[in-house]
Amino acid sequence: MRVMKFLEEFRDLDLAKKLAQKIRETARKDKITLMEVCGTHTMAIHKFGIRGLLPENIRLISGPGCPVCVTPNQYLDRAISFSFKENVLVTTFGDMLRVPGSSMSLELARAQGGKVKMVYSPLEALKLARENPEIKVVFLAVGFETTSPGICVTVAQAEKEKLKNFLVLVGHKLIPPAMEALVKDKRIGVNGFICPAHVSTIIGLAPYQFLARDYGIPCVVAGFEPLDILQGIWMLVEMIEAGEAKVKNQYQRVARESGNKNAQRLLEKFFEPVDSEWRGLGVIPKSGYKLKEEFSHREAEKMIPVKVEETREHKGCRCGEVLQGLIEPKDCPLYGKVCTPESPVGPCMVSSEGSCSAYYKYVGI
Amino acid sequence: MNKNRIVLAHGDGGRLSRNLIEEIFAKAFANPELAPLADSALLALTGKRIAFTTDSYTVKPIFFPESDIGKLAVFGTVNDLSVMGARPLYLSCGFILEEGLEIEVLKRIVDSMKSASEMVGVKLVTGDTKVVEKGSADKIFINTSGIGELLNWRTMGKAPEPGDEILISGTIGEHGIAVLCARGELELKIPVKSDCAPVWELVSMLYQEKVNVKWMRDPTRGGVATCLNELVLGQGFGVMIGEDKIPVLDSVDSACEILGLDPLYLANEGKILCLVKKGEAERAREIMRKSQLGKKAEIIGEVISEPAGKVLVRTKVGGTRVLGMLAGAPLPRIC
Repeated sequence: MRVMKFLEEFRDLDLAKKLAQKIRETARKDKITLMEVCGTHTMAIHKFGIRGLLPENIRLISGPGCPVCVTPNQYLDRAISFSFKENVLVTTFGDMLRVPGSSMSLELARAQGGKVKMVYSPLEALKLARENPEIKVVFLAVGFETTSPGICVTVAQAEKEKLKNFLVLVGHKLIPPAMEALVKDKRIGVNGFICPAHVSTIIGLAPYQFLARDYGIPCVVAGFEPLDILQGIWMLVEMIEAGEAKVKNQYQRVARESGNKNAQRLLEKFFEPVDSEWRGLGVIPKSGYKLKEEFSHREAEKMIPVKVEETREHKGCRCGEVLQGLIEPKDCPLYGKVCTPESPVGPCMVSSEGSCSAYYKYVGI
Repeated sequence: MNKNRIVLAHGDGGRLSRNLIEEIFAKAFANPELAPLADSALLALTGKRIAFTTDSYTVKPIFFPESDIGKLAVFGTVNDLSVMGARPLYLSCGFILEEGLEIEVLKRIVDSMKSASEMVGVKLVTGDTKVVEKGSADKIFINTSGIGELLNWRTMGKAPEPGDEILISGTIGEHGIAVLCARGELELKIPVKSDCAPVWELVSMLYQEKVNVKWMRDPTRGGVATCLNELVLGQGFGVMIGEDKIPVLDSVDSACEILGLDPLYLANEGKILCLVKKGEAERAREIMRKSQLGKKAEIIGEVISEPAGKVLVRTKVGGTRVLGMLAGAPLPRIC
């Protein structure tokens, strides 16, 4: 039996060439604009040099699928205020540390005496809460549908153990409402969506149906490997050329049509959708989560009163337009000059999934 | 007082210091140059030009699969000399010990340094020990400086030309992944051992076979990507490497996928990256493959005229991308 390693098989040069050829043969329209919504797709497209394999009439634009990037300053400012509060420890995934808030980042807050600790999972934050009952441990719950079920599990465990000092600052966001906002914006002109792979493993295909049905935009859930992406593009181009709009699944080896029912049940039990602010996109109806009333004693926002500074945006930073696919990173006047991964001005340059960071790393200045 | 642990008095120059030096260091590293335990070691050098280098070692944890901070402190400095085309001869060694360190641990490290230096034939001829209060250092820090005799390798340092080829002596990224996993924070159990080893044998084989090597590096921190960027920075040429040509163990590849890392940026401690004159790469690869350390040697790329100052990668699926300097610390991704 041949052992599948699930890596090399999806990076085969000959197959990639064949797929690229199919795409070239199929794409006849003058201009086809496809958006990859997810930051991991953005990274993979740059890392594997996918753009170079596509014909000139296909334009790939990056969407808002980097959770760190779309988290607004206000959220960060609140987290920073928590870190300076007595007996409060802020725990976060590494990506959030260096994102500049209105006047500083969490990393800078830590250097000034704020209590901030990087963790690799929410369960690690829960462990800190268990070991330090005298302090309140706040976990920064940021991420899309892929990440939020993990928070449900952690909150459930905290409930079970009656660990009152474990709190979350919920900044979770939902992908489909953001896609709708992008479709409504006529400036962008998306002809097809490459839908996120892992978000889709949780939510399944149904939540994208309205995009095809109501807006006539074809959608393909694609994996993150180069062959996945190329096949996904081919499937989209075929639909666009045929004037078809359906939701198709390229990533069948992982994402099921119905998604992950267990995860969906958890999300339903713990969260309710609320209007939420996205950096660059503004407030999008029902595009974020908050904990349900019965778990509101876990909401850091409610349990720890703090004064949060007035939100200020960074002058000249065009992350908002980058996140909507309106401009490419190099079109921002700060890109590569005052905004670099070493000294980021906007979040898209910080996160490993951010468009500017991907661009800087793999394309250069 | 616990006799099994390092105390501040071990570093105050008195009896305890003397005991530590005689019982542990002088015993392990015994050689005529060190024996007088004087203020300086007196050395006889025959070569006209010497190479001189220094490096400090603060790795955490101090023991990791197949290696430890002591072995690293010897091979790291010896390798810095080797890749400059210098035969490693003498090392100095400065220890900064944290109060409370178990003497057994120190002995283990010193023993490891002893066997490492014997393996390369380098002598540890002078040293120093300081003890700092608990919390002022993390167990043990080691500095080693090294002196080597420069070989008469005429092509070394010659300007690279388009068509010149680049080789790596084996699989990359093992040290980086081994240390990351040994820290235990990731709760990943990946069977990767550090590649920590002296590269002198490889270097001397290339020299003896008169290979036209123009440039050589030991791709430690920052990995192969950083070394290649240093090679092209501000120069009138660039480098193109093939992603499919770069040897990487499956285990390292998998770990990188999970953690979102790129093996090209991971540290190596027993590899050489070298640039040889056009047409000599295959011969150089066969010479390296004769050594145990060079069994997996590969030709990974070549010097190109355009674009100048950049390192490009031909990806496995046929695309091209820029391989930049490592920008910012790699952070674990969140979704």
